[in-house]
Amino acid sequence: MTMFWTIWISVITLGSIIGCYVLLRWCLKNNAGVPEGESMGHEFDGIEELNNPLPKWWTYLFYVCIVWSFFYLALFPGLGSFGNLLGWKSSNQNIQSLEESRQMSAQAKETGALVKYDREMQFAEEKYSPIFEAYAKVPVEELAKDPNALKVGQRLFAQNCSQCHGSDARGQNGGFPNLTDDDWLYGGSGEKIKETLLNGRKAAMPAWLAAMGEQGIKETVAYVLSLSGRDTNMELRKAGKARYAACAACHGQDGKGNQLLGAPNLTDNIWLYGGSERAVTETLTYGRNGVMPAFKDTLGEHKIHVVATYVYSLSN
Amino acid sequence: MSEISQAQPNYNYKVVRQFTIMTIVWGIVGMSIGVFIAAQLFAPVLNFDTPWLTFSRLRPLHTNSVIFAFGGCALFATSYYIVQRTCQVRLFSDKLAAFTFWGWQAVIVLAICTLPFGMTSSKEYAELEWPIDILIALVWLAYVINFFGTLIIRKVSHIYVANWFLGAFMLTVLVLHIGNSMAIPVSFTKSYSLYAGAVDAMMQWWYGHNAVGFFLTAGFLGMMYYFVPKQAGRPVYSYRLSIVHFWALISLYIWAGPHHLHYTALPDWTQSLGMVMSIILFVPSWGGMINGIMTLSGAWHKLRTDPVLRFLIVSLSFYGMSTFEGPMMAIKTVNALSHYTDWTIGHVHSGALGWVAMISIGSVYHLIPILFGQPGMYSTRLVNVHFWLATIGVVLYIVAMWMSGVLQGLMWRAVNADGTLTYSFVESLEASIPFYIVRFIGGCFVVAGMLVMAYNTYKTVRAPKGTLAADPATQAA
Repeated sequence: MTMFWTIWISVITLGSIIGCYVLLRWCLKNNAGVPEGESMGHEFDGIEELNNPLPKWWTYLFYVCIVWSFFYLALFPGLGSFGNLLGWKSSNQNIQSLEESRQMSAQAKETGALVKYDREMQFAEEKYSPIFEAYAKVPVEELAKDPNALKVGQRLFAQNCSQCHGSDARGQNGGFPNLTDDDWLYGGSGEKIKETLLNGRKAAMPAWLAAMGEQGIKETVAYVLSLSGRDTNMELRKAGKARYAACAACHGQDGKGNQLLGAPNLTDNIWLYGGSERAVTETLTYGRNGVMPAFKDTLGEHKIHVVATYVYSLSN
Repeated sequence: MSEISQAQPNYNYKVVRQFTIMTIVWGIVGMSIGVFIAAQLFAPVLNFDTPWLTFSRLRPLHTNSVIFAFGGCALFATSYYIVQRTCQVRLFSDKLAAFTFWGWQAVIVLAICTLPFGMTSSKEYAELEWPIDILIALVWLAYVINFFGTLIIRKVSHIYVANWFLGAFMLTVLVLHIGNSMAIPVSFTKSYSLYAGAVDAMMQWWYGHNAVGFFLTAGFLGMMYYFVPKQAGRPVYSYRLSIVHFWALISLYIWAGPHHLHYTALPDWTQSLGMVMSIILFVPSWGGMINGIMTLSGAWHKLRTDPVLRFLIVSLSFYGMSTFEGPMMAIKTVNALSHYTDWTIGHVHSGALGWVAMISIGSVYHLIPILFGQPGMYSTRLVNVHFWLATIGVVLYIVAMWMSGVLQGLMWRAVNADGTLTYSFVESLEASIPFYIVRFIGGCFVVAGMLVMAYNTYKTVRAPKGTLAADPATQAA
């Protein structure tokens, strides 16, 4: 902020407050020209006004607030870049990027600056990180037997994951997988779940309309549905089987999917985007681009370890 | 204090009558929408899977219709009445007055025709799209010209304090509305704000808080300064107090907006400054309450028999309560608990239902017999019934929201020994549901009161002129 704006702000701020003070002082004296307690002598549609003095307690309240405001504006930021004797900040100001934010936080920690957010984060880190460090030393499969760790994991899940996967972790239609059915897109070992949580996942089911045409999609859908034991038109299914070769590259010849690619198993009648003929047709026609966000920066590796343990425990 | 001793000029009561009746109509509409969406919060099924019946679409319609339709009509009615009576002169222009009436009604009807269908600028309390904004600006300009024109041609030497407040309210709202609504249209029904990012947020709350400060406070203080002394038949308590609190109030309010943006991307200095000004503002706000309530000195006994006076005085108590609560909530530490919770909703409604609605209702009860040539309302008992319905409703509403607000604030910040949050958001929502039901019941009381008022008004208006008995209690002076 330039000096001009700081002065501009300070002048009108202090001007307003001092103006209130002057006004108060002026009205404390009887300048009305009539004795106190009597009518001012004007009358409006029958309404008169008395020249009563200001209530004392109210006047003192005004003084207290004005005096307090000067102290506050001296100690905390308020007058542009003037004042702020405490050097108080709610968080680092004028940040343009995540990188810059990290740098300034580190700097504040080093110099002991009064940046409230950084201080609270540091306090929390010192107090709580030993708990999670200890958890992180135990492998997921082992930790899943610790009821306390599971409770912690569940709470982290409720805060960070339930928005998409649901409070009960059963997911919801539209690409948010059920995490309780032991059906895994990218693998259900402790390590694999952690990998998913840390780095996120990006699924890429291509759109097939251009390549297959509407009839082709109809046939393929019939075949895909039959893989899960659904009853479909025999002829369409036969034609679809031939077309399935294109799908097999990811979903496998037997349709059991491929966890390296995150290609879902098509034979278990579990459907990420709905298993109706219409939903599967839509998937094939337009493709799907599911995204699981990366939580490495949000939660950190140790907390993710505990969340992964909770998720693991849901199927095991 | 003889009220009708001198010959009265030929006042324009037509526009006052029109706005007064529409105050009641829009009050019922706006508050009923509020009750409906309050019910949706514990029974979401009530949106019937219909987009234009959802909370998100109807909530702006509720706020716009209670603030600008109900509150706005009450302000138009009373300001046109007050300025004529206290200046002893007919309105500057009858044509402009008619334009403001029909223009304002058009704005409200357009709001009903656009907001439920998702046409919105998405700025809170300023959701209407740009063509409607332009109409509002024109109507408002006509209002300002008419009001100040009347002040200029007044027949008395001084300008009465009620008119200071009304004038300040009109001028500031004109500036606020135009400043905040600046936008770049992309089509007839869609525009984008001229401002971006934190600046847009600051503009929004500079407008938003001064919609409260000038529209819902200064304007209604003008109303208070006429109807309280008039109904009580007492002189205004202190002329000097009115000077201090008027100038301090209008010079401090304009700064208070940033307290809506504590702990956001707004620079720290702006937040602190907003907080400081909000806290000092507490004192001039109470100046107004003191001046209103102390005007009753020597006439307290009238409260026993006059329900209209009761409306006016209880509204001042709510005004005092919310203007204490507001500065307190503006303190950053308190705000860290209260922000984004139902406490804010409770605070707004103690101001909106307790202060704004009650002072308007009291004033309208004072006006209707005069405007329709009757010595009194059709039934004073029904006025009293309305008073109790309104009071009980408001208290139920506010207390429910305080409790759910503090509960939410505490649940959101509760932390376990391991540093994880104790509750998920859904749990806090579940815990709020009983309070949502109480709030809904409170809202039903308030709307029931408005329906009683509508019936009472209908009977008063339809009765042959001068046939209703004057109520001895309300015969002030």
